[in-house]
Amino acid sequence: MDALDRRIVNGLQGGLPVAARPYAEAAAKLGVSEAELIERLQRLLDERTLSRFGPMYDAERMGGALTLAAMAVPDDRFEEVAGIVNGFAEVAHNYARSHPLNMWFVVGAAERGRIGEVLAEIEAATGLPVLDLPKQEEFFLDLRLEA
Amino acid sequence: MNAPAGKPSARTLDPLDRLVVVATQAGLPLSPRPYLSVAEQIGSTEEEVLARVRRMLADGVIRRIGAVPNHYALGYRANGMSVWDVPDARAGELGRRVGALAFVTHCYRRPRHPPLWPYNLFAMVHGKSRDEVEEKVREIAALLGPDDIGHDVLYSTRVLKKTGLRIADKEEKPCSA
Repeated sequence: MDALDRRIVNGLQGGLPVAARPYAEAAAKLGVSEAELIERLQRLLDERTLSRFGPMYDAERMGGALTLAAMAVPDDRFEEVAGIVNGFAEVAHNYARSHPLNMWFVVGAAERGRIGEVLAEIEAATGLPVLDLPKQEEFFLDLRLEA
Repeated sequence: MNAPAGKPSARTLDPLDRLVVVATQAGLPLSPRPYLSVAEQIGSTEEEVLARVRRMLADGVIRRIGAVPNHYALGYRANGMSVWDVPDARAGELGRRVGALAFVTHCYRRPRHPPLWPYNLFAMVHGKSRDEVEEKVREIAALLGPDDIGHDVLYSTRVLKKTGLRIADKEEKPCSA
């Protein structure tokens, strides 16, 4: 990453203008050409410096539901249980974490009711309790990291 | 450009909105007129797609449009989920103060499940090392003072799945990973 890459990553986290030629407008602010900005964004994606470029949708405002769930999985069953949990299409992310509750995953579905069903199905398939930790309040959400 | 503050109220997307979502949720085309590319793909017009995107941005269905950095690639290798037991009556005010810290990327109030899980406030802290995360967690603890009844930091040790939330292009199964 050179200095211009950093300016692009930092400058474009906040918002691309909604316009017919958004890259041209953003490029003008960054002092580069539209073609160079597009080429750099493609390279930053290819190199996986950026994981995505585009609209960030809010599943809940689209009428969907989400929860964060946690399980305490015995070490000797970890891979088996990860396979069961990951097998649900509704499981969007799943992380191993350093804690007795060592498996943390996000469940998303079109309807709230489906979330409860998925958690119950995971409990039935694994024989392990699942903690349901839906967000009750959101204080700030702005995933901006300085490059 | 973030979603307006306050409680989200869901709205129903019409079929054209859904086509726009499905065509752009993996990324905006990197072409000089990306909304024209989307319009051609879904059989609409550039003006209509732009109008839909503006409306979804205005009502918070789209949080923002832009770059999502891979935090590992930027050197933020330590990602700590700090969790806090704070008095319920003060959780709203404290959450707002913690959430306003520049190094906290997500902050939520969630239910406790005692005795296994006594924590009711979650604050995600990214750092270039665990030491940096620990330093930031100490800053949060100092801010909370006596309202910090107990806290812990959970580090992710492995990504087991990361497909993201996706809505499908089939009406009967509108949200699958």
